[in-house]
This record gives sequence, structure tokens and C-alpha cells, in this order.
Amino acid sequence: MAIYEIKGIKKSFGNTEVLRGIDFSMEKGETVAIIGSSGSGKTTLLRCINFLERPDSGKMYLNDELLFDAEDKKKLNENEIRSKRLHFGLVFQQFNLFPQYTVFENLCLSPKLLAKERPDYRSDKKNIIKNIEEKAKDLLSKVGLSAKSDSYPCTLSGGQQQRVAIARALVLNPDILCFDEPTSALDPELTNEVLNVLKSLAAEKITMIIVTHEMSFAKDVADRAVFMDSGVVVEQGDPKKMLTNPESERLRAFLNTVTL
Amino acid sequence: MGFIDITLQLLRGFGTTFLLFALTLLLSLPLGLLFCFGSMSRFIPLRWLSRSVVYVIRGTPLLLQLFIVVYLPGILLDAPITKWSIFNGNVLAAYFFGALFAFVLNYSCYFSEIYRGGIESISAGQYEAGQVLGMTKRQIFFKVILLQVIKRILAPISNETVTLVKDTSLARSVTVYEMFFYANQILTTEALLWPLFYAGLFYLVFNALITWLFNKAEKKLSYFRA
Repeated sequence: MAIYEIKGIKKSFGNTEVLRGIDFSMEKGETVAIIGSSGSGKTTLLRCINFLERPDSGKMYLNDELLFDAEDKKKLNENEIRSKRLHFGLVFQQFNLFPQYTVFENLCLSPKLLAKERPDYRSDKKNIIKNIEEKAKDLLSKVGLSAKSDSYPCTLSGGQQQRVAIARALVLNPDILCFDEPTSALDPELTNEVLNVLKSLAAEKITMIIVTHEMSFAKDVADRAVFMDSGVVVEQGDPKKMLTNPESERLRAFLNTVTL
Repeated sequence: MGFIDITLQLLRGFGTTFLLFALTLLLSLPLGLLFCFGSMSRFIPLRWLSRSVVYVIRGTPLLLQLFIVVYLPGILLDAPITKWSIFNGNVLAAYFFGALFAFVLNYSCYFSEIYRGGIESISAGQYEAGQVLGMTKRQIFFKVILLQVIKRILAPISNETVTLVKDTSLARSVTVYEMFFYANQILTTEALLWPLFYAGLFYLVFNALITWLFNKAEKKLSYFRA
């Protein structure tokens, strides 16, 4: 059973049609790598999935329940969008850590704010806070940054910042964690430390969608690759097969321009 | 008039100077935020109104604005502010509040542009990071954006504040007896030039104090880079 499914997603900015009908589904625990050249709509798709953009048409289902329908013109209020968003996590290319907070505070800020909305917050405050902080500590050690807990983001390398950003997204237990070119802003020697974290998450069967230019990573780690071009999914399937033996002409042309 | 008399006279004026300065700052800092939100509003009439006010106020001399606020009610509406019942016949209070009104309006507009620049300079990624972490717009503004904006606008705000200290001397043109008024009065009645420079020293020392305070605040926020 698909955990997540989207049908016919379209999105235009002005006269530019960026997504021209995307169909796509994924299983729980799957790691899907989305590849494609710049301007193919990969980032826009991730932003639609995370409710940062509203698709012009199409539907999204999560666990077989309708999550979004572009036909439904009723404007969602802020709380409705927030609760839908929380099914997903997004790790940005530019990390976007909050500079005025320490690494640990970056992880705890949003779960602590969300906890205040729980009905049992007042009666069980101490326990709830303790659980959040323990979880944050666990995740920091998982990404290998326990020692940087009290550091500010500006003192960290890009790779370390991105690992914090991954931990920050994981604190909220998203059903699906999305990555928008997580290593594109990093020096080559820092790329591996982030890819290693992604590998360990894939091994743990965290459901992930990764937009990436790292073809060898897509090949070795992803369960499935999705190749997008000009706003449509051109080819998808087993990344090892796809990347060594592409069926479509467009994928072959794309692979010729990138190094494996 | 001896040195002590003159010092006392200038100090008396400085009381008014300080009051005008402090009240202007206290009122225009929050009012500027309202203008700023107005100028950034998605409601077009409000945005248009707010930007027009800022445009006119920033484009004309403060001295002219002082004259308009203080004298126009009397000329146009035959209701000079000195006759307004709230001032109870206290002419000096009427002039002071007229001047205060003009100062607050003027500085609010400058502050609003500083705020706007500061808010718009924060990358969209900060808002989006807050959004995907399930934060509300309010939470994003107050918990994520605000402190970064404050850090970025501290230097221009400090600039305006120092300018405000010196601008208060314009108030004497609408009969506010502030420090420079007294220094000038001594010049005309006693034929003494040095009290003018003495008054200048007051401004200098006061601004040194303000600059020191802003530097302290900047240091306090230097623990992060934004």
C-alpha cells in the first residue's frame, strides 16, 4: 500500500508551467531519489508536497486519505495547513538554521511550541519537555554532533549545519522527510558526511524523498529513482538499472551531462 | 551672567530637550512599526496611504512640518493649538505638544523604512524553515525573525537616534524653550558667544552616552551572525 500518492499535480508561475501533471507514489520506508536538470521542476514539486506552494490542479493522498485537492477552492486556514505540513519534513539546500539559537535550541524550538497546543501540556509539562529534550539529544548524537549542542550555527561548517538541519526535521517525526539538494551548497569534502547521515536514515527505513545531483548516491542508496524533465516524470524505477541503462532518450542525454 | 547661571539656564533647557527627545523616541519606535506594517500590507489602500505619508514626510524638511503642525490649525481652521482646551491656557505646553507631534510623525516614518528594510532583508528561507516546522506566522515573526531584524537595524536606528538629539534644537523655531533656545537667548541678550559651544558640548556628551549604549546592545547581539 502506498503511503503517499500524488496525481496530476500542475503548477504555473505566471505563464511558466513548471509542473505539467506529476503522478507519483511511494511506499512506507522507501527512499526515492528525484533527479533531473535544473529547471525541471524538482524543487517546485518538493515545495508543493510541503505546502509551501499551492498546486493549480491535482490531488495528494496520504495513507489513502485525501490530503489535498486543488479542486477544493475553500482556502485552508493556517492551522489546517500546519497540521497537513507536519506530515512532512523538509531539509533545505541552504540549511536555514535559526542563527540566534544554539544547535540544541534549533532542535527544540518548534516541538516545544507545538507541545503547548497539546491538551495535556499544563498537567504534564515537565515530562513533555523532558521527552523533547531527550529526543533532541538522541538525534544530535545520531548525526554525530553531540559535542556541538551548545554551539551557534555560525560556528559550524556547512556539513555540520546540514546535519543539524536534518536532526531538526527529524525531531518532529514526519511521515515523509524531503531533501532539496541537501549537498549542493557544500564543498565536496563536506558532502560525504551529509550523505553518510542520509545512508543511515535509509538503512533505518525512514521514508524519504531526496532531490539530488549526486548520481552515485542515488544509485547506491535510493530504492527508486524518478527522473523529471520539463515538469513531467519521464522515467522511474530501479536506480541501478535506470542510471546505467536508461530507457528514454531524455534520461540518456541528461546522464551524459553529469558524472556518475 | 556667570558660568554657573549659564550652566543652570542651559540645564533648564536641556530638561525640555531631553523630554522632547525621550518622548519622541518612545512614541515613534512603536508607531514606526505600524507604518512599516502598513507599508508592507497586502491591503492596497492601506499600503498606498502608509507609503504616501512616509514619502511626503521623508521628502520635506522637519522644520516645515513643525510650522505646519503648530500654525496650520490656527490659520486654516481658526483654531490655534494654543487655544485648545486640553492645554488649559498653557501656551508653552501647547507648543511643546505640537512640536512633539511633528517629531513623532517625522521619526516614525524614518523608523518605518528602517524596519521595512530590516524585515525584507531576512531571507525567505527563515520563514519557510519555520513553516515546515509547523510554526504559526506569529511564532515565526516573534521567535525567529524579530531578533535577527533587531540585530540588523541597530546601527541605522542608532544613527537616527543621534540625529534626533540634535534635531530637537529645531523645536525652538516653534517656541519650545529647549537648550538651544536658551543658548541663543544668552547670545542676543548678553552678547556671549561661548554658551552656544557650551550647549554643543551638552549634545556631544549626550550623544556619546547614546552611542555607548547602542554599542553595548550591538555587542550583546554579536553572539550570532544574521
